[in-house]
Amino acid sequence: MNNGSKPGLKPSSAKRAGLVWLLWLAPLAFLGLFFFYPLGSILQLSFARDEGNWAAAFIQTITSPYVLRLLGFTVGQAALSTLLTLAFGLPGAYLLARYQFRGKALLQALSGIPFVMPTLVVAAAFNALLGTNGWVNLGLMALFDLAQPPIQFTNTLAAILVAHVFYNTSIVLRTVGDFWSHLDPRLGQAAQVLGATPWQALRRVTLPLLSPAIAAAALLVFIFDFTSFGVILVLGGPRFATLEVEIYYQAINLFNLPTAASLSLLQLGCTLALTIIYTRLSGRLARPLGLRPRTYTQKRLLTWRSRLLAGVVVAAMLGLLTAPLGALALRSVTRLEPERNQQGTQAPGLTLDFYRQLSINRRQSLFYAPPATAIGISLGYAGATVLLALSLGLPAAWALARHPHLLLNRLLDPLLMLPLGTSAVTLGLGFIVALDEPPLDLRASWLLIPLAHTLVAFPFVIRSLVPALRAIRPRLHQAAAMLGAPPLAVLRYIDIPLVGRALLVAATYAFTISLGEFGATALIARPEFPTVPVAIYRFLGQPGGLNYGQALALSTILMLITSTGILAIERLRIADVGEF
Amino acid sequence: MKKLPLFVLVCILLAACTAAPTSAGPQTLTVMVHDSFAVSEDVIAAFETANNVKVQFIASGDTGSALNKAILSKNNPLADVLYGVDNTFLSRALDEDIFEPYNAPALSTIPDQFKLDPENGALPVDYSDVCLNYDIAYLEEHAIPVPQSLEDLLEPQYKSLLVVENPATSSPGLAFLLATISRFGPEGYLDYWQGLVDNDLLVVNDWETAYNSQFSRWGGSRPIVLSYNSSPPFEVIYAEEPLDTPPTAAVTADDTCFRQIEFVGILRGTPNRQLAEKWVDFMLSVAFQEDMPLQMFVFPVNPQAQLDDAFTRFLDIPARPASISPEEIAANREQWIQAWTETILR
Repeated sequence: MNNGSKPGLKPSSAKRAGLVWLLWLAPLAFLGLFFFYPLGSILQLSFARDEGNWAAAFIQTITSPYVLRLLGFTVGQAALSTLLTLAFGLPGAYLLARYQFRGKALLQALSGIPFVMPTLVVAAAFNALLGTNGWVNLGLMALFDLAQPPIQFTNTLAAILVAHVFYNTSIVLRTVGDFWSHLDPRLGQAAQVLGATPWQALRRVTLPLLSPAIAAAALLVFIFDFTSFGVILVLGGPRFATLEVEIYYQAINLFNLPTAASLSLLQLGCTLALTIIYTRLSGRLARPLGLRPRTYTQKRLLTWRSRLLAGVVVAAMLGLLTAPLGALALRSVTRLEPERNQQGTQAPGLTLDFYRQLSINRRQSLFYAPPATAIGISLGYAGATVLLALSLGLPAAWALARHPHLLLNRLLDPLLMLPLGTSAVTLGLGFIVALDEPPLDLRASWLLIPLAHTLVAFPFVIRSLVPALRAIRPRLHQAAAMLGAPPLAVLRYIDIPLVGRALLVAATYAFTISLGEFGATALIARPEFPTVPVAIYRFLGQPGGLNYGQALALSTILMLITSTGILAIERLRIADVGEF
Repeated sequence: MKKLPLFVLVCILLAACTAAPTSAGPQTLTVMVHDSFAVSEDVIAAFETANNVKVQFIASGDTGSALNKAILSKNNPLADVLYGVDNTFLSRALDEDIFEPYNAPALSTIPDQFKLDPENGALPVDYSDVCLNYDIAYLEEHAIPVPQSLEDLLEPQYKSLLVVENPATSSPGLAFLLATISRFGPEGYLDYWQGLVDNDLLVVNDWETAYNSQFSRWGGSRPIVLSYNSSPPFEVIYAEEPLDTPPTAAVTADDTCFRQIEFVGILRGTPNRQLAEKWVDFMLSVAFQEDMPLQMFVFPVNPQAQLDDAFTRFLDIPARPASISPEEIAANREQWIQAWTETILR
């Protein structure tokens, strides 16, 4: 390969920059075409609708007391939700990272399900558990002989926080847990040999080493909570609004595009500022580590302390993440129609009616899709999203990880997170305005769906891969280069095997994001080809017990597909660290 | 490895180019609809055969989203026809001038109360009434009479019984707010709502939460819910077990309901004007109008269309729903909602 320009450990900087540009080509073309161009178009058009100075209007909007209050609540609830999610997720990540036990793969797959569940379904589940007439309240009232339900859950901040923890714990489990599982346990053990208590070893050695992964997970969780929409509307109720909720109201209900654009810019600005802080910080936090294979880092649950810990953590995870979903699955096979016309209580029976009814087109509706078709459509989009997100994310992550100090990379890194912090309705309208000329008239095309899903998945792929790639010791690269390996061979034989696990994590993110996405899909899907979440919402939007039962049945099917998909991705064993 | 993304991108672009419709065989008519639109297979098939056309539907989110998409693409129309603009959004569509007028022959049979656009750019297709629904068994068990007016809901016996939707986020919610403004006037409606709040009103953001989670019929604690007058017949049609009578009923007393009327319009600049006219005629025809109720829970504006048996038996149509003109709604919507939000929620 080396045609003798400058032999040495490092390729010339010009050549390095050239390679980096090449890596960036496809990701940047994608982001430029399907993110920055539509976003720029809609912002420009929106501000142009307002006669006068847009900058003045923007400043006036974002400094109004109402918007400042809105921003305060948005940031506050996101910070609180992120802290709670970390507090809840980190012990789980520890358990999954450090121990090998029966049912672990299943637990991991189950904990990934909340991420894809439609908000209305999750709200129904929590309501069945914690609502005024929910099981917990009824139980407590019976137990303590209370006249009023003791727990107020509907339309409270607590409901928002619980739902955010429910949705986002899997991000912490996956991102931190995977990184942790490759951390050499000897580092902590060495500290303890030198006299540190286990707590000191955790605080002074393990947590600092984990900090890049924790920071990445916290960033993703925070941005998700910061732009929260469905949870705020459905569980928080009318008293709470985030910037995202207000943008939707301004853009769709009032068609006040200038205000919507100002708020979108504010939201983008916050995301950007946060990401810049994160990239600064993560550059400092990242240390090259000797990553170890999991067979080496994981123990069995042999001591009573580890068993107790496992018991508590598993119980907490099942209680918060699985119980509400289990309640839904149970309802989907239960006949619940109150028998009001008859006296006496008829015991509710088990039934598969709702599942059978799914395959019947009762109304001969043109837009009816049997469950197998909806599942096929959902899986097709999810597969396309995984392919697209990985093939765009890997080169970008590689460029970022290998050359962290290159100016180009330092500039681009924070921009990659922007799609997550962008208001979905703004970008959706942007697609309509920008992508309207052949060959890019995609406004009515199904292609927009995997493209939109990839925009959301892309930042997750980057944040999963970069910490793993950065942890690879540069000596390995140097040794390979010295032995004459071209950069591609280094990627192929060193980096990809070393980050194989992280690739699977990234694939799981892309898969679950696509499977659960509703907002963009509903806005652009062709009605003849509904995804599973779209079909669920159709049933939920109609009165009648049969419709409700079918929505729950389809939700249960979605849970099964998700967990099966996650288990299948886990089985795609790209060689684990150290196994090459 | 690194050629792969480029390859994928090229594939996408190629697919996008080839995905554009080619003009051979039947023509394509593109119809933009909101996400509640539904129609029977055979009804559409008959239209397609009769006119040698393939109808392509584009779903576009809720009514507001669909309308805004049409407005933002008016220089380069996304579709030939837009269906689903209702009387609360009509003024926005007319102000933005997105429709071409069409004096459809069927208009002569449609009652004047439904025709809100004198230019006939937006033609009425269907209507439905947003009304309070109640859980019959609950009210009977607790010996509570059915409310007969909006004022009744202020009585102590209705304390903690009512759940409604937020007018800022929900279309039935907005309809009910308009009903109260029509009844009590722009000066009096906030006092009325304050009275409801004092009587422990519950407000949620969407119909699904109100009906599926908070309504006592489905596990909630509130036996009076804001829904549609079509909901009780649907409780029979979509019951888990066959029912003889609906378990719920609608309050249809004078001035308690608000009528939503939905419109269809030919989008300005369509290259398929003739086909688009055929589509509008089709939507106003008896075949489509009779298909609508079971598909979309809305009712025909064409008086020649007959209702299904389930509706004639269980449907109550309010004799005098509240009403406010689209212009008045457009002019005051933001201010009414904002005043409501500040009084009721903060």
